[in-house]
This record gives sequence, C-alpha cells and structure tokens, in this order.
Amino acid sequence: MSAAPEPLLRIRELGVRYTSGRETVDAVRELDLDVAAGECVGIVGESGSGKTAMLLSILGLLPAGARVGGSVRFHGGELLGLPPAHLNRIRGSRIAMIFQDPMSALNPYLRVIDQLSEVPRIHGGLARRAAEQRALEALEAVHIGEPERRARQYPHQLSGGMRQRVMIAMALIGAPELLLADEPTTALDVTVQAQILTLLQELRQRTGAALLLVTHDLGIVAQLADRVGVMQGGHLIEQAPCEELFEHPRQPYTRSLLAAMPRLEAPA
Amino acid sequence: MSTTALNAAAMGAGAPAPLLAVHELRVSYAVRHAGRLVRARALDGVSFDLERAGSLGIVGESGSGKSTLARALLRLIPAEAGTVRLRELDLLALRGAQLRRARRHVQMVFQDGVAALDPRQRIGQALEEPLEALRPEMSGSQRRARVHSVLARVGLEPAHLERYPHQLSGGQAQRIGIARALMIEPEILVCDEPLSSLDVSIKAQITALLQQLKAELQLSLIFIAHDLPAVQRLCDRVLVLYLGRVMELAPSDVLFRAPRHPYTRALLQAVPVPDPRIARTRRITPLSGEIPSSLAPPSGCVFRTRCPLAVARCAQEVPLLRHLGGSEVACHRAEEL
Repeated sequence: MSAAPEPLLRIRELGVRYTSGRETVDAVRELDLDVAAGECVGIVGESGSGKTAMLLSILGLLPAGARVGGSVRFHGGELLGLPPAHLNRIRGSRIAMIFQDPMSALNPYLRVIDQLSEVPRIHGGLARRAAEQRALEALEAVHIGEPERRARQYPHQLSGGMRQRVMIAMALIGAPELLLADEPTTALDVTVQAQILTLLQELRQRTGAALLLVTHDLGIVAQLADRVGVMQGGHLIEQAPCEELFEHPRQPYTRSLLAAMPRLEAPA
Repeated sequence: MSTTALNAAAMGAGAPAPLLAVHELRVSYAVRHAGRLVRARALDGVSFDLERAGSLGIVGESGSGKSTLARALLRLIPAEAGTVRLRELDLLALRGAQLRRARRHVQMVFQDGVAALDPRQRIGQALEEPLEALRPEMSGSQRRARVHSVLARVGLEPAHLERYPHQLSGGQAQRIGIARALMIEPEILVCDEPLSSLDVSIKAQITALLQQLKAELQLSLIFIAHDLPAVQRLCDRVLVLYLGRVMELAPSDVLFRAPRHPYTRALLQAVPVPDPRIARTRRITPLSGEIPSSLAPPSGCVFRTRCPLAVARCAQEVPLLRHLGGSEVACHRAEEL
C-alpha cells in the first residue's frame, strides 16, 4: 500500500495560547485534524471549547495576544508563520471564511456589489465591469432575488438572511477549495437557518469545495458533515464519520452532548 | 366569533375562569419611515387564555411580535387596544399604586441574565430589591430568609450572594434571573427567550429547572422561545404568531403531532434533527423568504407571501381563527394540510 496522500488541510499539534497579564489560557491543545478535498468536517463544542480559536488560527486571524504553535498545511504548504502578504493571497481566493455575524464581516460603507467585486478584481485581476458581472452571478448563485437591485444596496438595507447569503457569495466568489465557517447560522431564525443549510449543501455539491464547519449544534452537523470532531477544553476528544459518532459515541462528553441536544419528540 | 368566545363555548358552562385572559390585544409602534412618522402594527388582535398552573409557549420568527406581547402584558409598553384581565383585574386600566400591586402577580425573566442585572450590585442585593419595592411590610431578616429559600430553589449556593453579575456563568446568571422574578411569589412567570444565549447542556438544565419550578410552585408560565423542542417539553399549549397575528393556538400534543397551519408546519420542519440518517433522507422544502415588514403587511392572510398553499382568496380575505381538530387555526386551506 502506498502512503496516504497529503490531505487538502493537515493540522498537526496545533496549540493556541492566549496571554493577558500573568494569566495564560490554552485555548487549543495538541490538535490533529485532516480535511480532504471536497469533504465536510464538522467540529462541535460548547463555548470555550476552543473551536473558534482553532478555526481562526488557520488563516492567521487570531488577535495579537495569541501564540500559535504546531503546523497547519494547506496543499502541503505551511500556513503558520507565513508573512501577511502571502496569507492575503490565500485568504478569500483559495480558502475563504464565513462568519457568524455578517454585519461585522461586511463593510457597512460599501455597496454589496463593491465588496463582492473586490475579490475578483484583487485576486483575479479582472477589470471593473467583468468583476461586477462576476459579483452579480455570485448573488444569483446564492439565490438572492432581484440581484441587480440588491447589489446596489448597503448591508444595513438587507435582512439578516440576505446578509448571510451575501457573505456566502463573497466567500465563494474566488472559487475557494476550502471554506471555513464559524457558526454560520447561529444568529438566524430556524426557518432562515434551514434555507442557509440547504444553500451550503447545494453549493458544496456544485463547487466541490471542502467545508470545515464549527458549531455548537449537532443538528447542523448531522445534516451537513461527512466527519465530526468533538472539542472540549481545547482538545479534540473524539472524531469519527458522522453516522458512527451519532450511533456509537465513545466519549462520555460526546454522549452527554447528544443527550442534551434539543429534539422534537415526534418530528413533523 | 372571537377566540375567547370560542374557548368559552368549547369549555361549556361551569368551566373555571382563566387566570389570565387576553382579548384582541393590539400594539403599534411609531417609527420613522421615509422621513415621516408612521405606525407599525406589532400585534393585531391577539387573544388567548392562560389557566392557573398552565403553560403557554409563544413561537414565531423574529419580528412576529413575541417580545412585544410579553412587554405589553407587563405594561412595559402601552397597548393600543384590547384587554388583559388577571382574574377580575383589568391590567391595562390600572395606574400608580394599583399597577404596582398588580405587578406582584406577573414577573419576567429576560434573555440575557447578566444584562438584566446592575453590574455594580452584589447578587444578594439584587435579589432583595424586588422585596424592598413590592413587599415593604417585610423585615430585613424576613427578606434574607426569603432570598436564601429562593436561591436554594433555583439550585444556587449562599456563596453566590456575595458575587457580582460578571462573576457568574451564563447558566448561573439565568438562575439568578429566575430567582429574582420569583422573589415576590408571582403567579405568572413570563420568560422571554430565557435559553437563547446558553450552551446546549445549560439549556437543558434551565429547561428542567423551569419544569420543576412550575410543578412545585403551581406557577403559570408564558414561555417565549425560538427553541421548539424546549417549548414542547415545557408548555401544555402553544400560540404561533406571525407578523403580529395568531396563526394557530393549540394544545402542545396536538400542535407538535398535527400542525394545522402551514406556518406551524414550516417552523417544525425547520428544526434540525440530530440524527444523520433522518437529517439526510427527509425531504423538506424550507420556507422561502423572510418575514415582511410590519410597515407594509400583505393584504388578506399576512403569511400568504411565503405560503406554499396560498391561492387568490388568501390575498383578499383575512382568515379568522376557527376550530379544527383540537386546534384553533387561521388559514383558509387548513383542511388541505
């Protein structure tokens, strides 16, 4: 048998330490995780489990006081410690991020079309007209009605669900191979959450992008993920194919999470 | 026929009067729109009863009027029309000292436990305050005894009394929020999204605590939540709101088993199922679009712009609440669901 090929994303012995004054907190400890091309990996954990710190460390988005150790390789190339100019070339084009709160991720002073066309102009070197055309196509791809009109609006003029779609459009416009999503539906109503989850599923099938999704909601993971990891106190305590984790959780903590998961007693 | 009249007819003569009877409640806000002040109707003709020791869940998306309803019941915002009767008291007509006395009966638990507390006040003081304001006849030692007994009831220790709000975890802060509401022995607890900001394991604990308090203290609950599984566990009846109108009002076991309104069905289907085999195989069509602005509600049935069953009649005629198979439902096509 030949050696396993290098996965799309390969995280080894990742550690994230926050220091404030004399206090240090290890948010992530010795974490190993692979994401294969086209795969969806869901990371589940409660507040303070380190799941967001893990995700942010991949693109060097942690706050200044954080120390990151270990290795994060993308296509075999090390991301940790890359100079900002190099990281910027990868961010948005080959790896893109979807945040929980689109209002903090979108620029309030830019119209939707201006922020969307920035990506193909800067990363793709497209002229303004061509970039705007790409932006409109991206809005259509995330099923925003009346894309021409919405494109001329500012983020505050859109509803929460539409802003989330715009952010997903922005993440996808550079045709990334890997999407990182941090609680992408937590701030939304269940109805809109269902729309966004359906959209993510559809886009993954269409683009073949891999998705590393961080959430507190096992229901979301059950719908989207091929593999699931559970984080607690900075450690990845368990990982398994999705169905196996739900059917045969090995760690007591995973079992308690599954038991606490809200579920309707007779689903409609 | 109005909802309350329907209820009375359904219960027949001799049924006990409800603890709380809300009739045709209407609330609107003045908002600035396109440079002019206009009125946005947040609640339009909402009626329901709450029995003693009963629990009513109020569900619907953001913008459906859930929190407005809670605030109007507590007289935190003014109602435009309608009545709210607490036994023989007409809550909306009360003023001054009478209103203050009536507030002893209805207390509120807020979404964010820490934000509802004064950051510079120790927990012990925060718990004594409602007694000082609403039970002036109690002595200091009586007050402290009451604080300790309520604290034990919500599962906290006397040591917590010395802490400040920021020193509490999310779950502890929500327990304090509940304790504070219980201090003056209300009959009705109105909980506005008490679980929203909590982790799953803490959510389960707080739901269990509310369940236990309801049983032990014979409390009546109005439970406003996005979390439908928690509503199913806690509430014996459910009111479904959309754009300030009642879409469906039904006993929990009926509503969760056989929703009669297309909106209720869509809400139930949108709840993620924590089982990969079911989550991937079930075919659901998520509700499209989002709740419209209350400045320009659709004509006829307010839900019709997102409803998969909508026909021409739905744009012309407002559907009235009517009885159907154990539910009350406001939909022209409910039989076809």
